[in-house]
Amino acid sequence: MTFPLENAGNLMVLVAGVLFGFFIESAGLNSPRKLTAQFALRDWTVFRVMFTAIVVAAAGLWLFDVAGWLRFDALKVPTLFFWAMALGGAMLGAGMAIGGYCPGTSVVGLFAGRLDALFFMLGMMLGSTVFALSYDSLESLYQVKGPANQTLSGLTGLPAWLWLLLLAGMAAGGFFLGNWFESRRGGKISAKDLASGS
Amino acid sequence: MTERKPRDFWPPLAAGAGLGLTLMGMFLVSGHGLGASDFFNRLLTSLSAAAAPDWTEMNSFFGGFVGAAHPLNSWISWEIAGVAIGALIGSFLAGRFRFKIERGPRASVGLRLGTAVGGGMLSGFGAALAGGCTSGLGLSGGAVLAVAAFVFLIAFFATGLLVATLTRRIWQ
Repeated sequence: MTFPLENAGNLMVLVAGVLFGFFIESAGLNSPRKLTAQFALRDWTVFRVMFTAIVVAAAGLWLFDVAGWLRFDALKVPTLFFWAMALGGAMLGAGMAIGGYCPGTSVVGLFAGRLDALFFMLGMMLGSTVFALSYDSLESLYQVKGPANQTLSGLTGLPAWLWLLLLAGMAAGGFFLGNWFESRRGGKISAKDLASGS
Repeated sequence: MTERKPRDFWPPLAAGAGLGLTLMGMFLVSGHGLGASDFFNRLLTSLSAAAAPDWTEMNSFFGGFVGAAHPLNSWISWEIAGVAIGALIGSFLAGRFRFKIERGPRASVGLRLGTAVGGGMLSGFGAALAGGCTSGLGLSGGAVLAVAAFVFLIAFFATGLLVATLTRRIWQ
């Protein structure tokens, strides 16, 4: 059997979506107070969950690749458009610090009863409309372009396993740094804190 | 219903490992990762196409989502439907489902709804500009060690930290 499959059924994609929503909710990453507490350095859950997920998924895909069960070149690897992605990333960071969500977490927030997520979604659609109206004048932001589908290994020449070790080390460092900050800035926001509104 | 005591969140390591395995599974079956913002772009395109079909098809951004199939006829619609179901299951099982407008202890409802719309606008513009969001570009690109994902994530966290020095007061 070789991955990726030729044709993922809609059912498999739906199941992946269910798990995606379930784990984000389980971690509390659909709470705008918890999400913004990351940027206040009070609660490091966003960093921990994202970095763990990246390292686990990347290590798993690497194992499948090494075992010969995966055609890695058939996977979607985004190509770098430096200014578009750096500015876009910055706007999503600002959008989360102000609005309390990103696109995915707003869906999980809404379906756990958070009505503010609906207003965030409305804002997103307004923002995309402004983008659609100004797209033609933003062409210069797409001119600084990296090599197609470049990975960290492609950029540096270092093997993927070494990058995995480096990322795992950075994740571990972030976990410790997070503990240090959390013990000084009020700590993690629990489900009970959110229910009582403290 | 709202009186039930909420169970606390999973430890981040466990939730992150579950999310990572889900992300890996999505790549194995489909060749791409998880996403979110494109669903909203497709939803918007279908609304725009209903109101002004010619303009929508001519627009350089929306036009990219117009084709033989309906803009919402895409894998991402199935995924987002799943995300909604997963959020319902998780929050009900743990007694965390609450109808509310979540806001900081010192923020009024009006201020909260304003920041939601304003932050959403930045987010919608930013995701369209970057060609992906925290899930589609950051998380999914990160899983295949894409350089693009790490440029995006560094900009995301750095700007979030910076802007939070101004906005933390309305949240914490």
